[in-house]
Amino acid sequence: MAFSQAEVLAGLAEIVNDETGIATESVQLEKSFTDDLDIDSISMMTIVVNAEDKFGVKIPDEEVKNLITVGDAVNFIVSAQG
Amino acid sequence: MSQPVLNQYDVVKYSRIYSLGAARGDLTVTNDDIAGPIDSSDEWIRQRTGIITRKRASADRSLMDMAVEASNEAIKKAGIDPSEIGAVLFSTITHPFATPSAATLLAEKIGANPAPAYDISAACAGYCYGIAQADALVRSGMAKYVLVVGGEKLSDFINPTDRSISFLLGDGAGAAIVGPSDFPGISPTVWGSDGSHWDAVSMTGSLIDFRDGKVAWPTLQQEGQTVFRWAVWEMAKTAKKALEVAGVQAEDLSAMVTHQANIRIIDELAKQLKLPESVVVARDIVYTGNTSAASIPLAMHALLESGEVKSGGLALEIGFGAGLAFGAQVIVLP
Repeated sequence: MAFSQAEVLAGLAEIVNDETGIATESVQLEKSFTDDLDIDSISMMTIVVNAEDKFGVKIPDEEVKNLITVGDAVNFIVSAQG
Repeated sequence: MSQPVLNQYDVVKYSRIYSLGAARGDLTVTNDDIAGPIDSSDEWIRQRTGIITRKRASADRSLMDMAVEASNEAIKKAGIDPSEIGAVLFSTITHPFATPSAATLLAEKIGANPAPAYDISAACAGYCYGIAQADALVRSGMAKYVLVVGGEKLSDFINPTDRSISFLLGDGAGAAIVGPSDFPGISPTVWGSDGSHWDAVSMTGSLIDFRDGKVAWPTLQQEGQTVFRWAVWEMAKTAKKALEVAGVQAEDLSAMVTHQANIRIIDELAKQLKLPESVVVARDIVYTGNTSAASIPLAMHALLESGEVKSGGLALEIGFGAGLAFGAQVIVLP
């Protein structure tokens, strides 16, 4: 069963909260992981791996650098569900 | 006339690590000392790596000096004569000669001549590769005692402006004596490689390119995110497999001694393995830095010296790095 954009955003917000302590309501589509949420590259990779587990998708290493905003990640996950 | 029957080695049932030795760089390098060229700060480096200081060797303290010092300590603590050493294995990526090996010179310097001696190039997995081979050499009967050294002078191969790995690195050597045992002291090793990520931790160029003026002096570099993902989630699988083949559970361990790559890798790996609080997790990186092949024996030596773990306990040791190469085994602490 595919996750909707809203479900992916909510799930991703929980993962970000678990890794960094950032409040889930702060994890919004237009927020930049680096500039707005202050998430470093190592935490980003932990978030990516946990998102892969949660949503059953594969996010290649070379794709991670393209995930600038939360929206980028949500859209990638939604489309990668196949 | 009938053909004679060949002699073969008499096998030995068990092996163990008898002792460890350690030598570190003589300089304590703070984060402030190196933050300038990478436009960083003490806080940034601590937060991303866990390192407060790293040990580096001054110009007149060589890789061989540290290897000899660590080896002599291990030999003395093992209570053996160096002439009894049947093989010398030197894991290193920073011996500055393609040939001859560092191991033959080390054997000569510690009084183990004419023992067979060779280097192992498995980067941060090198010490675990060495223990695996020493275990095999001892139990096959090929050698009574084997000296395993993991040693690096990484500061010869760093670029002060590199933000990927150079600021993590330190210098040192750790040594172990492996020999025959009345009880199982070294589990089967889970080891392997993944050359599909050959470039994930690498040099900035070859020595041929350097000779031809195409690159500056080659230094270490890494793809941090790729390495982090592999080092945590793939190595968690390797660690679990190592426990399984050893026939032990995580709660049976006294310690987990990983390659001291980065505190974030160490902590996440411990989290993935759901280690109980009773298991001491080695964090020697905080004051030593990442010393590649030397990091596991240095960290284990520090835990034993401080009394945080005791001789006779079980430790999971897992090395991983350039290659990519990895190796893990459970050992009885010397």
